[in-house]
Amino acid sequence: MDFIEFSKENVICFDGGTGTLLQEKGLMPGEHPEFWNITHPDVITDVHKAYFDAGSNVVCTNTFGANSLKFSESELEEIIKSAVNNAKNAAKLSKAPQEKFVALDVGPSGKLLKPLGDLGFEDAVAVFAQTVKLGVKYGADLILIETMNDCYETKAALLAAKENSSLPVIVSNAYGENGKLMTGAPPEAMVALAEGMGAFAVGANCSLGPKQLLPVAEKLLENASVPVIIKPNAGLPKSVDGKTVFDVDEKEFSEEMEKLLNMGVRIVGGCCGTTPEYIKALREKIGKTKPVPVEKKNITVVSSYACAVEFGKEPVLIGERINPTGKKRFKQALLENDVGYILSEGIGQQEKGAHVLDVNVGLPEIDEKKMLTEAVKELQAVVDLPLQIDTADVKAMESALRIYNGKAMINSVNGKKESMEAVFPLVKKYGGVVVALTLDENGIPETARGRVEVAKKILKTAEKYGIDKKDIIFDTLALTVSADGKAAGTTLEAVKRVKEELGAHTSLGVSNVSFGLPSRGTVNGLFFALALENGLSAAIVNPYSADIMKTYLAYMALKGFDVNCERYISAAQSFSESIISENGGKTEENGKESGENELKTAIIKGLKEKAAACTKKLLEKKSALDIINEQIIPALNTVGEGFENKTVYLPQLLISAETAKSAFEVIKSAQAGKENGENKGNFILATVKGDIHDIGKNIVKLLLQNYGYNVIDLGKDVPPEEIAKTAVEYRAPLVGLSALMTTTVPAMEETIKLLKKEAPWCKIVVGGAVLTKDYADKIGADKYAKDAMETVRFAQQII
Amino acid sequence: MVFTKFYENPPVDRKEVLRYAGCRDEEAVFGKLLDECIAEAEEGLSLKVCYSVFDVKIRAELCDFGAFSVKSKDLAENLKDCKRAVVFAATAGVGIDRLIAKYGSLAPSKAVMLQALGAERIEALCDAFCGDIKKEMNCETKPRFSPGYGDLDLSSQKDIFSVLNCEKHIGLTLNDSMLMSPSKSVTAIMGIIG
Repeated sequence: MDFIEFSKENVICFDGGTGTLLQEKGLMPGEHPEFWNITHPDVITDVHKAYFDAGSNVVCTNTFGANSLKFSESELEEIIKSAVNNAKNAAKLSKAPQEKFVALDVGPSGKLLKPLGDLGFEDAVAVFAQTVKLGVKYGADLILIETMNDCYETKAALLAAKENSSLPVIVSNAYGENGKLMTGAPPEAMVALAEGMGAFAVGANCSLGPKQLLPVAEKLLENASVPVIIKPNAGLPKSVDGKTVFDVDEKEFSEEMEKLLNMGVRIVGGCCGTTPEYIKALREKIGKTKPVPVEKKNITVVSSYACAVEFGKEPVLIGERINPTGKKRFKQALLENDVGYILSEGIGQQEKGAHVLDVNVGLPEIDEKKMLTEAVKELQAVVDLPLQIDTADVKAMESALRIYNGKAMINSVNGKKESMEAVFPLVKKYGGVVVALTLDENGIPETARGRVEVAKKILKTAEKYGIDKKDIIFDTLALTVSADGKAAGTTLEAVKRVKEELGAHTSLGVSNVSFGLPSRGTVNGLFFALALENGLSAAIVNPYSADIMKTYLAYMALKGFDVNCERYISAAQSFSESIISENGGKTEENGKESGENELKTAIIKGLKEKAAACTKKLLEKKSALDIINEQIIPALNTVGEGFENKTVYLPQLLISAETAKSAFEVIKSAQAGKENGENKGNFILATVKGDIHDIGKNIVKLLLQNYGYNVIDLGKDVPPEEIAKTAVEYRAPLVGLSALMTTTVPAMEETIKLLKKEAPWCKIVVGGAVLTKDYADKIGADKYAKDAMETVRFAQQII
Repeated sequence: MVFTKFYENPPVDRKEVLRYAGCRDEEAVFGKLLDECIAEAEEGLSLKVCYSVFDVKIRAELCDFGAFSVKSKDLAENLKDCKRAVVFAATAGVGIDRLIAKYGSLAPSKAVMLQALGAERIEALCDAFCGDIKKEMNCETKPRFSPGYGDLDLSSQKDIFSVLNCEKHIGLTLNDSMLMSPSKSVTAIMGIIG
């Protein structure tokens, strides 16, 4: 019988642990159990058969660590071939009456993915793809991706399984005692990711006993519309009289598992420490319980590596600030490849209360696919909010969705045939909640009814692609009320009708409504409130806008979302501050007359807000260049000299440098788009290939920027060719290379050689924990800098 | 058999953190920054150890643990009075790495302090674990010895990872360059005296 067909009417019983059993049969610590498929096929077949005899429907191949990182290509093929054969033979040999299947077991790669570790996402996909292809070739019935403790690696494995097979794929993660994966994802985020990408079932195994996994199972069952799998350990291992025992025996195990079955878990089995006896006891319990039907949940949800955001409960705020439209400073940052600026916009919006961040980096002058992918990678490394991929470029959209660590929000599709044909396949493949604009080939319908009709058409088409209504959020388009007095009313009515007639969620770009009006915040705030009252589920807003945030918080308090109005009360204080600053910034601090050297002192003391305020004030009477030369540079020199004389410590130097940066940021914002005349020259910085450490490099960058150099930061793990190419492109007089590990110094040497050949004019300065002057000389660097200040001094000698 | 232990956060030795950050113990200057770092790091810290006990045979420079052996004069000297040794791996988790990455570009001063805090945390974890082992096994131990110390080659990381299965037990992985991810982690061998 077909596995999926069988699963419809039955609870599925998997097997139990193999590691402990093999150790009893002589497997040594450190020995690869996967080789035993070839060297001890009889032992492996016996273990599998014992599980079938005990009542397992599914036995997993002995391929937990079978991947191309650990084995050569020929070894891998031989291992997987034998492993599948052993399991299939066991199924034939066992006389037990139940249906029997063989699952290709896919465990973690053994590596942590970038940026936390050193395995690239696409490399991980390729590693899993090899294992999956072999499993399919030798006839596995299904695939079990198991014991994954990282959301990103899970996605890589699932993507590989989906791209290389049509078998049912079960995704099972290892949760810690805090109920989350090691890298932070809660069960609801994993359900969002796995279901979105078309997993057959989702669940948990290993690390904990059945009792401790119960809360995880509850969460999974609450959220999943697919079957849930639970394969716990036999508790924790303990050493008793020199022998290893697990603290949950088969009786207790099966009793705990019975609870899970009654809660609705449809696929069960055991992990570490469980044996055929455990499975036998479990099988008896399965025989006594009636399978609980799997219910469709209709939850609209997006996720990041650390959280899930659900629509339809509290209104969801989508931060709109990562977008160059109308923002000169942001455009400048994009053109300069200033990822740090994008990150600070992301973190700032999170601090202001955004739940999702919109990411739009579309500019005619840049390679959007590359920039969007880069921005998503960088953002998801430091911000734990889900992202909304916002682009009209389908290639950029696919590239970003592919590497996104979770289930993304996608902005957007619309009712045009061409749009739906391009976007829906991506939503289907990578998962996601897509924002659908209610417009089509005929433009934006003037009436609410017209927009609802477009929405219906979109839903119908989505269904053909296998995309559920829950994964579509309609944007009924906020149009400018100053151009058409009925515009807002139509939008609001459409919001209401989409919700009531179609049962779908809605989102609006709120601020469009006030375009062309004075005092826009007031209009935006009220429009937002009206939209919420009409059932709006989400809004794309500026979280820095006091009007929007006040409206939101007041709405939450009024609608009972804010227990005891706590959030409103704690936020109210910042309201009054923002009113003061809106009224001309007359707070006490800002009200003081700024003394001649106030900025200089602020930088030396590391007072960021004060430095920014002083700079703003100074800009009214002085040129940017004067401020830099008279205040900022002398302050940096004072601190820098102190550092060189060892009276100032590194963190102090950095705090002053960051303070100077906040002053520069004020100058840059005021002058965005203009030449500010402070560029001393191009300085290319990179951590060399293979090296993933970049604190040292970032410190150097900060100081160089403060001293007026245009730093082109290529990031970490940068191939020699890219560094040389950039040096030529910018005709950069200076290149700085950083390496922290002895193993990556050869990459540094290689880079220097290439630079000397391709860009012979440029001077190369190197630094990093493992380097010494002698070594730097040996590999051909022009300068070894022991710290960031020394790099600045060297740069000053050259330019 | 590999065992796993989880630890609550032991109290922070502030002086030690400042020392790692390369500053003198100046609470007035760095106290606030350190407080911020501790507060932000706390939630993401996840202190775990996995370990296994092996019989040891020392033959000249060769230290034979049964499941693996390494050549090191210094380790052989360290283990000369021992018949058994605890091989362990400890990690402070990925949370602190994420924070360091976050502040690496936003506020390097904080990144430097968080690095220092991470270094102090992982040492504190090792101390707590080694203390527990002494108590549980009722024995005296040698100072812990890590790959990279003396003449013990960094490549012995591979052996330790393979016998402890660190990835599966505590989520610790080994990079191609023999560095570990999460970065605030330690592997070590600790001889049991007698």
